[in-house]
Amino acid sequence: MWNWEYAWSILPDLIAALKTTFWATFGGFIFAAIGGLILAMLGRSPIWIVRAVNRLIIEFIRNTPLLVQLFFLYFYILPTMFPTAPTALVSGIIGLGIHYSTYMSEVYRSGIDAVPKGQWEAAKALNFSRTKTWSTIILPQALPPTLPVMGNYLIVIFKETPLLSAITLVEVLTTAKNAISISYRPFEAYTLVGVLFLIISYVFSVLVRMMEIRLNREQSASSGTDSSSKPQSGGKGRLDKEVKQQA
Amino acid sequence: MNATELEKAAGQEAPARTRKRQADTGVQPIVRYEHVSKSFGDLEVLHDINLDIAPGEKVAMIGPSGSGKTTLGRMLMTLEEPSGGMITVDGEPLWHMKSKGRLVKANEAHLHRMRGNIGMVFQHFNLFPHMSVLRNVTIGPRKVLGISAEEAHERAVTMLGKVGLGDKLDVYPSMLSGGQKQRVAIARALVMNPKIMVFDEVTSALDPELVGEVLEVIKEIAREGEMAMMLITHEMDFARDVADRVIFGAEGHIVEQGPPEQIFENPQSERLQSFLSRFRLS
Amino acid sequence: MMDVPWNDFYPLLWEGLKVTVEVAVLSALAALVLSLVIGLCRVSKFKTVRIISQICTEVFRGLPLLVLLFWVYFALPFLGVEFDKVTSAVVAIGLNYGAFGSEIVRSAILAVPNGQSEAARALNFSPLQRMIYIILPQAALRMLPPFGNLMIELIKGTSLIYFITLSDLTYQALILRNNFLSMTPYIFLLLLLIYFVLSSFVSVTVRLLERKLAAGRL
Repeated sequence: MWNWEYAWSILPDLIAALKTTFWATFGGFIFAAIGGLILAMLGRSPIWIVRAVNRLIIEFIRNTPLLVQLFFLYFYILPTMFPTAPTALVSGIIGLGIHYSTYMSEVYRSGIDAVPKGQWEAAKALNFSRTKTWSTIILPQALPPTLPVMGNYLIVIFKETPLLSAITLVEVLTTAKNAISISYRPFEAYTLVGVLFLIISYVFSVLVRMMEIRLNREQSASSGTDSSSKPQSGGKGRLDKEVKQQA
Repeated sequence: MNATELEKAAGQEAPARTRKRQADTGVQPIVRYEHVSKSFGDLEVLHDINLDIAPGEKVAMIGPSGSGKTTLGRMLMTLEEPSGGMITVDGEPLWHMKSKGRLVKANEAHLHRMRGNIGMVFQHFNLFPHMSVLRNVTIGPRKVLGISAEEAHERAVTMLGKVGLGDKLDVYPSMLSGGQKQRVAIARALVMNPKIMVFDEVTSALDPELVGEVLEVIKEIAREGEMAMMLITHEMDFARDVADRVIFGAEGHIVEQGPPEQIFENPQSERLQSFLSRFRLS
Repeated sequence: MMDVPWNDFYPLLWEGLKVTVEVAVLSALAALVLSLVIGLCRVSKFKTVRIISQICTEVFRGLPLLVLLFWVYFALPFLGVEFDKVTSAVVAIGLNYGAFGSEIVRSAILAVPNGQSEAARALNFSPLQRMIYIILPQAALRMLPPFGNLMIELIKGTSLIYFITLSDLTYQALILRNNFLSMTPYIFLLLLLIYFVLSSFVSVTVRLLERKLAAGRL
């Protein structure tokens, strides 16, 4: 039933294909991290119409399938936008990035909401400009507690990369499919793909958990001396809930 | 039936003080602690406790926080398992049962049978927030005692009337004041007809102005019932008024016990003297 | 815009919608049952049960849905277990989202204050009665919003059954696109809109349910 020899023979190809999977994962993650921050800041805009449109876009993207968005991007939007159509990898990164930026924006939002209102007022009292307020007061406090949640989204994005096989990206799953089309042995190939994904997402999640523990320790250490960081840890609790809800 | 009614009538007429029933009268105690100890990890909170409570006896437990009095009550309610020793309820071991002639750890069925004798009112009420006041009181009789819906309803309404909440039947607990919540909790426990009831610091979570109404209800119950009570409390006046016997515990030991007059007017041990003096000051 | 042959789109998309809804409803049921069963196992008093159920959660959550779907549909027959397409889809989606759901059930049960369980024990409820009458009804209210989100994710996830050539909405839309290549943007926009309506239906339902369940208690 299980043919070790065959399994060993395709494993190197699968592992090599992981390189593409990682590119897509990290590319999509960075895109989503930056896009999410922009969306979160737009959500705080003083102009209501900006906030409303922002909300609508986020809801629409979040509530529709990534797969369809990928097709739309790859078959229509990107080829029309650019003179030379981007590659499958770039399209995939853009698709993952756009989809998950809407999730990330919620993460940032709860981080930003957890910064005490007094911080905004203090910045205003010191006559900081809007950009200065964001860059020197708000974000340095809002971002660190969101890191573990962001880490979890890195894992989520990693697990979404097989979808990119639909837009012809040769990642792990496509490689397995190609091997199967020659050997007609899906059992070994798909099992190996599953095991690879399990191992890697497990390693990622252990790293995220370690980061979380370290962050918690730093936070409780600092809240011992500085009472102003307490609302932050309160915000963390909310973030945890957020992740559970989204998970 | 006639006998109990007679007893009830007699109990109501006689002032609390003369009804005093102590464990040494030869009656089989309703609760007996023998060499009971309890540890949480390395911390021993109760050492070698020996205590009898007679049927119908009202025992007040006083003492500084951390003296283990709450744990004593929680072990009786089977919420906490003793680390050593034996608790007997109505002549039967609570946490142990006989199996092939040997005493072994009780199983859930045994605990279930034994718990039928015991009731408890908690410091934080622990009302069921997803049920109306009425349902909070009927659910026990319905699901545990297997009583018909009509009878459970009738009993619950009577009981809620007795605690002065006859007009709150369909309200949810979140709409009630702390004092009202605690009175519902008392009705909920009473309606199960326990032989002994544990009152675990039932006024500690209440605003000061609400303490009185709850204590009144408990006094009323104490006056009329043949139910034994274990009153874990910080209210010294209340303990003096209601209890047949007051037990002062500290650091896991019973330091001193006796009738309320003796405990409050004529404390023997230095520990109790300093405890009471501190209490009067604060 | 005026030349868009909308009327040619609807019949195929309607067929696709039926498949999508069928698979979504069946896998949602499977996922909910699994969530409850695994979630209850996660809070069992037996350590072995807890560990086994946790391993199940980790495995089915750690696998990408598409890989799980391929494994169930293409690889499982080699172990002698052969499902048709719809069953494969329901099994894969149910396992994947059930694993996430079990985490929701577990944390909702653990979030019910300990005093509730103690009060139920003081009233002499059996462990089963405690769970049914006291713990679960309170946990259910906490579970609702995250389950709503999970169901939306599940609806989005059903688009993956396109890969095993089940003729769902996404599949039909791609066929349409082949027939009307110049209409690509309209077809995709319409497709996204249909999914959006489906998701919104779920979130509105959950919100109504929540209001109904919470009535009186808060």
